[in-house]
Amino acid sequence: MLDRRSFILSVGTAALTNTSIAEAAPSATADTVAAPASGAPEALLTLTPKEAALLTALVDRLIPADDLSPSASQCGVVTYIDRQLAGAFGAGARLYLEGPFRPNAPAVFGYQSAMTPLQLVQAGAAELDDWSTAQRGKPIAALPAAELDPVLKDLEAGKITLGRVKATAFFEMLLQLTMEGFFADPIYGGNRDKAAWRMIGYPGLPATYAKAIRTHRGKRYEAEPKSIADFA
Amino acid sequence: MVQQLKPVDVVVVGLGWTGAIMARELTKAGLEVLAIERGPDRDAASSFALPSIRDELRYSIRQELMQDAKTDPVSFRHRPTDEALPIRRFGAFLPGDGVGGMGTHWNGNTFRFLPTDHRLKSHLTERYGAARIPDYMTIQDWDVSYDELEPHYAKFEAVCGVSGKAGNIRGAIQAGGNPFEGPRSGEYPNKPLTPSHANELFRKGAGDLGLHPFPAPASNSSAPYTNPEGAKLGGCQYCGHCDRFGCEADAKATPWSTLGPALTGEAKFRKLTQAYVSRVLYDKAAKRATGVRYIDVRSGETFDQPAEIVVLATWVFGNTRLLLNSGIGTPYDPKTGSGVVGKNYCYQIQPTCEVFFETEELNPFMGAGGLGMVVDDFNGDNFDHSNLNFFGGGYISLGSTNGRPINFRPTPPGTPRWGAKWKSETAKWYRRTASMLVEGTNYSSRANFLDLDPNYRNVFGDPLLRVTYNFTDNDRAMADWVLGKAAEIGRAMGATVVAPKPRKGDFNVTAYQSSHNSGGAIMGKSPADSVVNRYLQHWDAHNLFVVGASAFPQNAGYNPTAAAAALTYWAAQAIAGAYVKHPAPLVPA
Ligand SMILES: Cc1cc2nc3c(=O)[nH]c(=O)nc-3n(C[C@H](O)[C@H](O)[C@H](O)COP(=O)(O)OP(=O)(O)OC[C@H]3O[C@@H](n4cnc5c(N)ncnc54)[C@H](O)[C@@H]3O)c2cc1C
Ligand code: SF4
Repeated sequence: MLDRRSFILSVGTAALTNTSIAEAAPSATADTVAAPASGAPEALLTLTPKEAALLTALVDRLIPADDLSPSASQCGVVTYIDRQLAGAFGAGARLYLEGPFRPNAPAVFGYQSAMTPLQLVQAGAAELDDWSTAQRGKPIAALPAAELDPVLKDLEAGKITLGRVKATAFFEMLLQLTMEGFFADPIYGGNRDKAAWRMIGYPGLPATYAKAIRTHRGKRYEAEPKSIADFA
Repeated sequence: MVQQLKPVDVVVVGLGWTGAIMARELTKAGLEVLAIERGPDRDAASSFALPSIRDELRYSIRQELMQDAKTDPVSFRHRPTDEALPIRRFGAFLPGDGVGGMGTHWNGNTFRFLPTDHRLKSHLTERYGAARIPDYMTIQDWDVSYDELEPHYAKFEAVCGVSGKAGNIRGAIQAGGNPFEGPRSGEYPNKPLTPSHANELFRKGAGDLGLHPFPAPASNSSAPYTNPEGAKLGGCQYCGHCDRFGCEADAKATPWSTLGPALTGEAKFRKLTQAYVSRVLYDKAAKRATGVRYIDVRSGETFDQPAEIVVLATWVFGNTRLLLNSGIGTPYDPKTGSGVVGKNYCYQIQPTCEVFFETEELNPFMGAGGLGMVVDDFNGDNFDHSNLNFFGGGYISLGSTNGRPINFRPTPPGTPRWGAKWKSETAKWYRRTASMLVEGTNYSSRANFLDLDPNYRNVFGDPLLRVTYNFTDNDRAMADWVLGKAAEIGRAMGATVVAPKPRKGDFNVTAYQSSHNSGGAIMGKSPADSVVNRYLQHWDAHNLFVVGASAFPQNAGYNPTAAAAALTYWAAQAIAGAYVKHPAPLVPA
């Protein structure tokens, strides 16, 4: 069996070399989810290597690498998603899961799946890989980047029929988790090196601006962004 | 087995703003008060410390301080003929939980309602004729006037140390304040907060249009402050982690930061947390509540707590559901219009308008929950509706509350939601965008109401409250019109892109709009049109008082808490002054 690190590296590299982004961010291949800066492989808590590879391919199209920031997975978003799904959120904390269920209810009713977020992502990933293998001849992680964008657009628009999982529910969960991971405090595993905060100019903590709101009226306030971990 | 407890003078159910006010006022009057709260105990020092309180994911996105939908959600449908589905995760509104309730994590905008809001039906009838009021619009008067409530509004503002600028002191219009407000007995206790750059752009733009901008009154203390209850508030840090969070600086007025110290020192006060009240015990023949039944949420044990007076302060949903589950009063029937419990459920329509500035630096992360600049020119009946196809209106505000990036990532219309273009637009506009809000009135409709869900239950086995609600034609016409005015202000501000976002289609439970729900246990003149009388005393049980925004017969174009709190002070005064001396109906039925 392929160990997780080389698996991700091979799949990840395959996906990346098909984009111009790979050149824009030469460190990308060295610094994947599986190999954080310290060099120690990061454990997956609940996702399988195959699921992580699929998510890596998808989230890196949602947030691709360019001059503004590294890609989502390079910022730790897959690690973030894995940890969220392994924890209370993935198990359906604060989510009412009593039936009867109407999973196809209009979007204005919000989450109506009978599955926990972990179950939804896992089932959605498996069904999307089946779809991809049947329709495109390869699993998602092996598709070139240029073919992934149309897949994501069709998922978003509900034009792909997966199986038990509603395509739009899977897409919305993926997009939400990706944005959370990218922009949340780095203590959760994403937003590595506060890349997202640097990109937009968000200073994070400690956030005491009683003076600055006066002194920086109309002037850009710049500060090295600080995370919760910086105060520990 | 139900365990029987020793009787107390008063049980207050729920310990948010309204419960804390009742508990404070009734202990002052010498009564022994037990407050029963379903959520955890919380105080700022131990619960809201740096750095962990500045965690957007935990508090804002995962909603740590709010009601847990897993154990106790509501169900929702748009029309009486639809099937309701549970709101499996709260989104449009965020009910509170634990000591302080929603008041722990509110923004702090502390507006009074307009004098005409308190007598809406009479006012509109007098000005436009009864025939102009659409058949479906079931609006009513409050039966409590603005003048009667004025001292109680003032009292609440003093307790909160509200930062603001008066616009009308005893009839004299004050420059820089809201000229449309009702006469006030005095200035606000604190000076206005420091406006943000975006606030100033709004003030200038609105002023250039001949409108009357003023700083939003805010329960975020602009300077250190000691309230009449002896509680000390710190000065606001504009930390941008206010709404949805607890305040680490104790500058935000919350039930516990303002009334907690006095209550904690009060021998006659006890609070019981993690206790879910499932029923009001009711003696129908005697028309009296005899106490409440509660479940210890940790052990599952059930207790009966007898009391001489029962106060329901469990917010709109809790109050209505407790009355329905306890069989007190006649449930409302939308087909016949008969019955009262659950009637006139209202919310608010709140369209937004984003303004993007190519060249301005707005530092959106500097902000406070109540920091904003407002115009009231298009609220309520502050403008002539003779030639318009709607009633009501809303204030327009430009709030500077936060730039927390998981939620605040504005991009101009037409930007994709992901990918390279999404990213470059996000990076470009994050620091250069502000958002205006229309805080719209919501006039009650025959088809919008609350009842019990036949299919879904909460973790305690009680039926969920079922919300039947959609915006009406009046709401949509009003909101589109006022949003047009907001867009004009945006253009006057010189924004590069002005992007109004009207609320289209069926009500959406996922996108946050406001937690300004109201009605369900409304006040009025007689048992035929209301659940409670003008003192919030139940028509069918004279020792039962149902307090808060559940009593509003319709909703105004303001945040509701000051009005709910003023009404609660007014009811407390009636209990302490008249009712305890002569325990009987305060108004003949
Ligand atoms: C994010 C946010 C921002 C807001 N901003 C503003 C603002 O700027 N201005 C404004 O005016 N308003 C604002 N509000 C609304 C404001 O917080 C509420 O109007 C106000 O706090 C309501 O007070 P209350 O006492 O009626 O209810 P709550 O504060 O909700 O208190 C009710 C309490 O009852 C408890 N309870 C419920 N059912 C039971 C039961 N069965 N047994 C025992 N206990 C029970 C609950 O746990 C809760 O603690 C905001 C709300 C939110 C969520
Ligand atoms: S903005 Fe001010 S009042 Fe609000 S939490 Fe921060 S310091 Fe407290």
